[in-house]
Amino acid sequence: MPSTVTQPTPLKKSSGKIGSRATAEEMASKQREISVSEFFAKNRHLLGFDNPRKALLTTVKEAVDNALDACEEGGILPDICVELLQIAETRFKVTIRDNGPGIVRKQIENIFGKLLYGSKFHRMKMSRGQQGIGISAAGMYGLMTTGKPVLIISKTSRRKPAHEVLLKMDTARNRAEVISETEHAEDDVLFAEGHGTQVSIELEGRYQKGRASVDEYLEQTAIANPHARFTYVTPANEKIEYPRAVDELPPEAKEIKPHPKGIELGTLIQMLERTERTQLGAFFKEDFCRVGPRVAKQICAHADLTDRTWIKQVGHTLAEALYQGIQAAKIMSPPTDCLVPIGTKAMLAGLLKEVRAEFFAASTRPAAVYRGNPFQIEVGIAYGGNLPGDELGRVIRFANRVPLLYQQSACCSFKAVIEAGWRNYGLQQARGSLPSGPVVVMIHMASTWVPFTSESKEAIADYDEIRKEMRLALQECGRKLGTYLRRRQKMRRESERRNVFTRYIGEISMACQRITGSDAGGIRDALEAIASRKTAEADQQLDDEGRVVDDGGRLAVDDSVIIIDAAKDGPEAGVEAEQVAESLFASDSPPMKTRGKILKKAGKKTGKKTGKKTGKKAGQKKRTNITGSNG
Amino acid sequence: MALKPAGESGKSESESPKRKAGAKAAGAGKSKVAASSKKKTKATGPDARRGGSKADQADRLRVDARTVERIEGLGESVVHQSLKLADPFVDVPTRSISNVNFNKSKRLLEMGDAKQRRTLFNLGQAKKFMQTLLVADGCRDLVRSGKTLSLRGMYYKSLHTIAGTKEKTFDGQDESDVVLEDLEVAIDSLRENLHVFAKKRGTMVGNITVFDNGDEINCRRMGTGGYAIPSICEPSVLKFGKCEADFVLHVEKDTVWSRSNEDRFWVTHNCILTEGSGQPPRGVRRLLHRLNAELGLPIYCLLDCDPWGHYIYSVIKQGSINLAYESGRMAVPEAKYLGIRSDDYQRCDLSDDVKIELNDRDRDRAKQIAAYPWFADRRHWQKEIKRMLTNGFKMEVESLITKDISYVTETYVPERLKAKDWID
Repeated sequence: MPSTVTQPTPLKKSSGKIGSRATAEEMASKQREISVSEFFAKNRHLLGFDNPRKALLTTVKEAVDNALDACEEGGILPDICVELLQIAETRFKVTIRDNGPGIVRKQIENIFGKLLYGSKFHRMKMSRGQQGIGISAAGMYGLMTTGKPVLIISKTSRRKPAHEVLLKMDTARNRAEVISETEHAEDDVLFAEGHGTQVSIELEGRYQKGRASVDEYLEQTAIANPHARFTYVTPANEKIEYPRAVDELPPEAKEIKPHPKGIELGTLIQMLERTERTQLGAFFKEDFCRVGPRVAKQICAHADLTDRTWIKQVGHTLAEALYQGIQAAKIMSPPTDCLVPIGTKAMLAGLLKEVRAEFFAASTRPAAVYRGNPFQIEVGIAYGGNLPGDELGRVIRFANRVPLLYQQSACCSFKAVIEAGWRNYGLQQARGSLPSGPVVVMIHMASTWVPFTSESKEAIADYDEIRKEMRLALQECGRKLGTYLRRRQKMRRESERRNVFTRYIGEISMACQRITGSDAGGIRDALEAIASRKTAEADQQLDDEGRVVDDGGRLAVDDSVIIIDAAKDGPEAGVEAEQVAESLFASDSPPMKTRGKILKKAGKKTGKKTGKKTGKKAGQKKRTNITGSNG
Repeated sequence: MALKPAGESGKSESESPKRKAGAKAAGAGKSKVAASSKKKTKATGPDARRGGSKADQADRLRVDARTVERIEGLGESVVHQSLKLADPFVDVPTRSISNVNFNKSKRLLEMGDAKQRRTLFNLGQAKKFMQTLLVADGCRDLVRSGKTLSLRGMYYKSLHTIAGTKEKTFDGQDESDVVLEDLEVAIDSLRENLHVFAKKRGTMVGNITVFDNGDEINCRRMGTGGYAIPSICEPSVLKFGKCEADFVLHVEKDTVWSRSNEDRFWVTHNCILTEGSGQPPRGVRRLLHRLNAELGLPIYCLLDCDPWGHYIYSVIKQGSINLAYESGRMAVPEAKYLGIRSDDYQRCDLSDDVKIELNDRDRDRAKQIAAYPWFADRRHWQKEIKRMLTNGFKMEVESLITKDISYVTETYVPERLKAKDWID
């Protein structure tokens, strides 16, 4: 609607009224409620549907997140299948199938057809989804760009039939219309375990490999969810398997009540209005966490009230006084059992599975609090191996196990990585940029409420408390990396030294033979014996990998560190290293090039290994290497 | 001297310009000439080609035998250490200013006793250790076969690719030259005795006859080119014949030497004219030493007025730091410095064009030279260097040509000699 302000002022003044524009009544006739769906349909970039490429990713992401949440809540080890079917240049059919508990028939419309409908918004519990927007928005986007409805097939139990529902969003009313539905009595083809859900959405999208692609998203999801198995059928009809690395479900997150320090005045007033309690003391004790009788009294006393004051008597002014009381009171931090970190072992297993590096370290910080929300930071580092050495390091970010692929530089974790001071740990780092070298840094934030900078959940907001925890976790891993790098350098130096000596020993023994007539072989043997004695350190440390010796030993006994094929795997190791690598993998695992990616071999390799087991295996590789290099 | 120009490519076979005089095994060459001729009376094979008297040949054989013995001693000690599983090493006397003493009474540089232990199991020395043994092996081969090689030839003789690698035993001739010098001092021998020589450099003309490997050479009839001074000027190779000259004039470079030769300076002033192409190589220095010591001729030097010219004089006079062990055989403590001098700019009324501004390197070097003990007690030299620094410019001998083509031979040198105007 054109604004009156921009109009040129009329020459004649007519008592403030300008011409015959709309009257308040006329305007009122046009004023009406806007449905959430309509709002988001127009502002789809807020939900991550800005462009076709991103839309495809967001759709896969929302569906996979939901599937993982559902499986975990149902206590089922997730087995998720993602299929991208390219129908036309820019049109895709995305199908995601899980083995979760399924959805009961009457909830299907709500879950897939209504924005802001879900189980996760109202509770204080750690989960991937939060608002209940994601999957419905994806369906809506599909409908808008292709006109095709969403197809849902769900089965809750072997004994019950599978429901197949075709849904169409009604954006004006924020609800779904069922176009058709069928029941399949025996449909165990899709759901081998007897339960699960499959969603198919047709949408306009663009498939591209590389950064922020579906491939990358699945790869990173596999890292953060080593307990899940993913099968991915690419648009080129390749089947990629991300095997399961850990056979245990993460413990279920507990739901908690809000922490007093985490709420704002308005929220407090609202809670006071809605509570079922009648007295202030009970209200504080029951509706919040970490409030006992003593703290409740303290808060009430601050507002000149007692814990027996009737809630009905508390007006706005008193509420504000109570709010001040909360801020003044000393209250314990929220409980942290509501957080389920990935854990160092699982993180290592995940990284080991998907990143081809030689050094892995992980650390989990103790839980901390921002704005009354508990959170926990975890960091994993992979270094060396086949990672590209001449580029900036890579940061992979997760929030509640969900990879964050966009807006890296706006993210708190990115800033924390830059701040961490990597030069202390043996990496190069230009001022204000990421460390460079063959390094992948993984940061995970687990929280009951992750503060995203936008609804499309692309970056974590920059809270001082969060950034500090991230920095500390990064530095903890950094120290381990530094120790490793220093040791590796020392070992390299030693083996280089030996190389230099042995190179010249042949020449020297021949010259000595010519000069003195002594036997060259004898001299050579003697000199080589001296050489290996002189550079014994290189051997010693290699041999003692896994056992305790000086600084190298510290890492070796550390559960949060895995080292594969140290010293030999660097980019500068030449032909020799290749041979070693061959002998290294000939024995117990597939060649590095194909590791963890190709279906057949991957299946053979992984089996069911926890981080600990994988660690042992790294040790075996180590020993193979020794024999290889000495032989 | 039958020089086999093996490996003598067109490339410069430079003797590093740092090289100078020496002393140690001075006796090796000439002493006890009369002794032991019992070994071999008949010179056969390559030795026959080297000419000279039978006594000379016998002497040479004796020296050769001792050299081989010393090289073998070096090899034995390395083998012995290795088989004992000890760190094999070679002790090399240090050839740097820190290990050089100035003998005030002899006015010579002498090498001290400091040694550097070169071991195989030291990352920085491993390659040099290997090279030392390779060069030792090569030299032993040369001496035993009675042949000689130039420095470059020696480099090629020891050059090959190390088995199983792409690395070569030497990265360039520089490396083998230095290792050879190390070997000389390590086994207390001389390059000549190891049968290695440098590229010929330096020229001579004048009232003298010499016998080079038995060939009579009349230096009065050398045309415009002059007699090329050989790299090895030992008495067993080069002998002096008739000599009428009163003194030797040594000039820095070819330009002024050619000028003087064309002007028949050596005829008018009855002298010998030599030139060393900059820093004179060992051969030229040995020759100057012998002309002075055996024939009693005074040596006058005409060099550039810059730190480098001053150091050439220093090397001729008391020997070089790098080859301090040869000073006794090469230095000429009586040598005099005729010019160019820093006051010549005013004295000879030279034009501004001959001034070459001193750079920071020149200044540093000049101060360094002034501080050398053998310059420190020389009042005239201190004054000379100070004046050059105050002037702020240097001059080359060639600058005299700006006055007149023959100014240097007709005016400058005669005036100086007549006035006995030189610095000692």
